[in-house]
Amino acid sequence: MNNVLAVSSVVMREMYRRKDFYVLLILTVLITLILGSVNLFNDSNIVRYLKEICLLLIWVSSLVIAITTAARQIPAERESRTIFPLLAKPISRTEVLLGKFLGCWLASGIALLCFYLFFGIISAARESGWPLGSYLQAVTLHWFMLAIVIAIALLGSLVFAAPSSNNTICFIVIAGVLLIGRHLHKVAVGMEQPSRGILTVIYFLLPQLGWFDVRERITHNWPPLEAGPFLLALAYALVMASVFLFAASWIFNRKRLQ
Amino acid sequence: MPAARTNVLALGGLVTAAFSLACALQVAMPRGERDNEPFDLMQTLLGDSRRMFANHFFVKADAYFHSGFYPTIFDNRESFETAHMASDAGVVEEKNKGDEHGFLGQPLDLFDRFSRNFFPSVHTHMDEGGADKGHSDKGHAHDHAELKDGHFHGDGHDHGPDEVGKGVREILPWLKLSASLDPSRVDTYTTTAYWLRSRLAKSAEAEEFLREGLRRNPRNPAILFELARIYREDRKDAERARNLFEAGIVSWQKTEPAKKEPNVFLLHQLMSHLAQLEEDSDNDLRAIELWERVKVIAPNPAGPDLHLRDLREKIAKKPAK
Repeated sequence: MNNVLAVSSVVMREMYRRKDFYVLLILTVLITLILGSVNLFNDSNIVRYLKEICLLLIWVSSLVIAITTAARQIPAERESRTIFPLLAKPISRTEVLLGKFLGCWLASGIALLCFYLFFGIISAARESGWPLGSYLQAVTLHWFMLAIVIAIALLGSLVFAAPSSNNTICFIVIAGVLLIGRHLHKVAVGMEQPSRGILTVIYFLLPQLGWFDVRERITHNWPPLEAGPFLLALAYALVMASVFLFAASWIFNRKRLQ
Repeated sequence: MPAARTNVLALGGLVTAAFSLACALQVAMPRGERDNEPFDLMQTLLGDSRRMFANHFFVKADAYFHSGFYPTIFDNRESFETAHMASDAGVVEEKNKGDEHGFLGQPLDLFDRFSRNFFPSVHTHMDEGGADKGHSDKGHAHDHAELKDGHFHGDGHDHGPDEVGKGVREILPWLKLSASLDPSRVDTYTTTAYWLRSRLAKSAEAEEFLREGLRRNPRNPAILFELARIYREDRKDAERARNLFEAGIVSWQKTEPAKKEPNVFLLHQLMSHLAQLEEDSDNDLRAIELWERVKVIAPNPAGPDLHLRDLREKIAKKPAK
């Protein structure tokens, strides 16, 4: 465990030295504030459009941070050849991978907290209530969803040749799952066999990232989720992330490093 | 070096040719009505695709009206063909069918059932409290295009401005954006004006927005109708309201009959509101004449017929002046 923590602390330090997070946070703040300054029929209490856009920017930013950070971890180590002295130490490849995962996940979590803090301030400035329970649920679900995304990006970094191709493929797959993932079975029902069967299998195999997206509920002030579905979704995220990490570890342990 | 010089000259020649062609096309292109329109950044950037975006944002406003409970392209949209915020405002005739509460259908599988916990899955309307109040309008009949007791009820429920109804303000940004993208879409102006004046008590803003719509769509009968309602219901100015209703009817008669599907619903609204105005102003003969005309175009003539009978009885009981 100490090895894993040591690797993860290096990843976190590296991430906060880079400018990605700061640039994305400043862009999110600027765009939200500019949109918030628009006069809409002399009514200063209109807030939901602002919440929706701010949450969309937070989601896009968090995906950019998580995917690009995770995707470059192992290729960067290989390119700079620091992977060899690292593996010469008493540390297994699985521990290196877990350390990379934990570092990316914790760093993404801290970034998310900053983003959601800004979101909370913007909401509180315009709305009378501050539904802390709903916001905490949203940030937790979002963070656990990023665990799956980071695990996928780490797996991709061991499968694809270059970080750029891994980034692109991860973005397309994750955006696709978020946009149409939950509708795939409905589409499959209207199809003929064998397409129907194939699409149904894909639907059940794909990670259900839509379960972690409660933006509509937050935007429109729906009450917080019940504990059962919330905890089940978190458990599902941990299982899915473990599946991808296991696959990544299996590939990493068999990979010849040059 | 000569090859580089040739390339530069060829590039210069191509740029000059492209510029000349663009200038020639700019002059030759028929512009028609657009000659009078001011420079519009959206128009320049998006071209005609802005209409598609305008429709998207109009639908988005309706999704906000339902606090996010809205069918996607993968769901059954029969009960959402006409935007509820527009039909509840009485600015369009409702053509929805099916169950607006159950467009999701039965869950197809365990994942589908579970996923419904994470997005809004209860039908609510913002003007009735929305998600904040958890107000489900099950059984809420969309009967706004009907005549009841001779009175036209195409204008939704006029509860008047109250705190519950003020949540409907959240649809306004998307409607404003939709109007700026497609100024020829009249529903956007009339829907926005209805909610501004009826729930937010902002009749000045509603009038300003409608006048902007009227500048973009001169003499449009639907906008004239909505303006007339502001004067009748908010300003209590019967004279100007009458003039606007009559201008709307004249405009309707000039533009609509030639169309393949004339908007009889709008004429019906114009006439019934004008008839009611005349009745309230004790112009009984004019009111009877208008109600007779309403009877001809009403989808259910029994309503205005019954109302006419009551009106005639009322007039007969009045002491002779």
